[in-house]
Amino acid sequence: MRNSLKECYTPSGLPTGHYYKKVGKPGEYPFTRGVHRRMYLRKPWTIREFAGFGTAEETNKRFKLLLKEGQMGLSVAFDMPTLMGFDSDSPRVEGEVGRCGVAIDSLKDMEDLFKGIALDKISTSMTINGPAIVIFAFYLACAEKQKASFRCLSGTLQNDILKEYIAQREWIFPPRPSLRLVVDVIEYCTERLPLWNTVSISGYHIREAGSTAAQELAFTLANGFTYVEESLKRGLSIDRFAPRLSFFFNSHLDFFEEIAKFRAARRIWAKTMRYHYGAQRKRSWLLRFHTQTAGCTLTRQQPENNIVRTAYEALAAVLGGTQSLHTNSMDEQLALPTEKAVQIALRTQQILMHEIGVTNIVDPLGGSYAVEAITDRLEKEAETYFHHIRKIGGVVSAIEKGFFQKEIAKAAKRYQFEIEQKERIIVGVNDYVLEKEPKIPLLKIGPEIERKQVGRLQKVRRFRSPKKVKRSLDRIRQAAATDSQNLMESLIEAAQAYVTLGEIIDELKSVFGEYRQKPIF
Amino acid sequence: MKKNKKIILAKPGLDGHDRGIQIIASALKEAHMEVVYLGLRQTPEMIVEAALKHRADVIAISVLTGSHMTVFRKIMKLLEVKGIKHILVTGGGIIPEEDQKELSRIGVGKLFNPGAALDEIVSYIKNWEPLSR
Repeated sequence: MRNSLKECYTPSGLPTGHYYKKVGKPGEYPFTRGVHRRMYLRKPWTIREFAGFGTAEETNKRFKLLLKEGQMGLSVAFDMPTLMGFDSDSPRVEGEVGRCGVAIDSLKDMEDLFKGIALDKISTSMTINGPAIVIFAFYLACAEKQKASFRCLSGTLQNDILKEYIAQREWIFPPRPSLRLVVDVIEYCTERLPLWNTVSISGYHIREAGSTAAQELAFTLANGFTYVEESLKRGLSIDRFAPRLSFFFNSHLDFFEEIAKFRAARRIWAKTMRYHYGAQRKRSWLLRFHTQTAGCTLTRQQPENNIVRTAYEALAAVLGGTQSLHTNSMDEQLALPTEKAVQIALRTQQILMHEIGVTNIVDPLGGSYAVEAITDRLEKEAETYFHHIRKIGGVVSAIEKGFFQKEIAKAAKRYQFEIEQKERIIVGVNDYVLEKEPKIPLLKIGPEIERKQVGRLQKVRRFRSPKKVKRSLDRIRQAAATDSQNLMESLIEAAQAYVTLGEIIDELKSVFGEYRQKPIF
Repeated sequence: MKKNKKIILAKPGLDGHDRGIQIIASALKEAHMEVVYLGLRQTPEMIVEAALKHRADVIAISVLTGSHMTVFRKIMKLLEVKGIKHILVTGGGIIPEEDQKELSRIGVGKLFNPGAALDEIVSYIKNWEPLSR
């Protein structure tokens, strides 16, 4: 909130006398100033652009283009039917196949998605939550076919269901069984995939839904603590699973507040992991995060201006010490990005990384009166929220009471009000408006994609063994009904039998049920 | 005094991006209209059925996934089959201009893009009369 910023900051805003103890040095507890001593001098952030549309074959081409252009890791965007656990030929998904991501119905699609890309040589991020465990099983089955060792697989599964109930609303099952699936992934990876980030605890979507910076910080970390507690209940040892929990934040417009938010997040996580949960390993205290510039700050009006907005937001992420970054394309308020728009977004990061010198100094804003004071304020605001969430029975109970949802809706309404009242100027929207908007070329995705994907799916259904499919689904149902059983093995087996996503999710729905939330306004 | 308008608001499709529609729901309510917000993942059939049940004057939907052509066409078709001509079908989302023109040809009302002013949306719905379609 802009009105919570002071006009000028002086040394009185700094923690007197205890600066090193409170803020620390880069790479040292409590990591306010960054997770590595030499930060980007040691290793620059990973440029990771989120991409996906149409069929697996088309997205495979876009991946190869991005890699050729210098991208360092892959990030898969799935289409809505996949994100909600439906097959492409379900009557519920008409018009949505391959629209805002790639359609993945079975192992066959996963194989084509990564054709010619060695999974043990690249890191892959997969943004999926409700059916995350099933898509992950497809990925692992695909790696096995490529003969890649699980121990060498690196990447991230978003797998953060709590923020779905809070903000993004792409859930399938009720919170309790959903949390069990998250912990199943954590448990499985802790044993077999030491380089895999099991959850990407996400504030991004909370912010996109309209929260403030403080809410994004507080709700995300509260979700993180919930995953820790659920994993501890499963009997996992904190220092084995905590190092592979990762985070994902939004980088919004308010430059210094955003930088402070990243710094506060690191400090709160380190303190809590060390003293509240008793983690011993330094790696368990580290909050490593991916950042995406704020999609909700892009404007449809004068879309080229979005290149500038995105560049500033990217700079805030880098000054806040991000480990990887996605920059949005200028045309995303109008359609899926064109190749040209994606290239500019990628170049924005490359200019940041190579031309303006920000990688040469570790945490250049550390010690700034303003940034340190805002960091402290955000930490305090987050603590007030933690206290309240505990008081109303923890995160799941707060979700069931609609607490987060109402808080975010209030903040979103206030933001919109500020724009309408011109208390907040958005260039090209409520000021500096053009009579005639410029036209820019847009990417079109035709209805033929849906037919093509349904054809691919039906071919898979024809060639697999119905007996194996039935056996796999029976096994999944039994494992799902037994709380103490980890579902991962049975899901990988089903993937190998080319059981489809929709078939598996329907089987799980029959055990777990489906979730509904009352709309809030 | 004229009767207040009754509006069915819904989010068809599978996504959960309801920041926009929630804000519009409360703005319409504050403008003294009767708002029935059906929530997420509504099919065209569910939306039309609710509009009939509530005797709504307006159906307003929010679509951000690119499925707007399919959804609007289906709603218009269902209304046509039932012989209903007095309900305004409007909405918003990421809907390219060309598509808006095509939808307007089949009788869909004005569509609003991200960045549209709330006042504009509220007064469009408030001032709409069946004959003006």
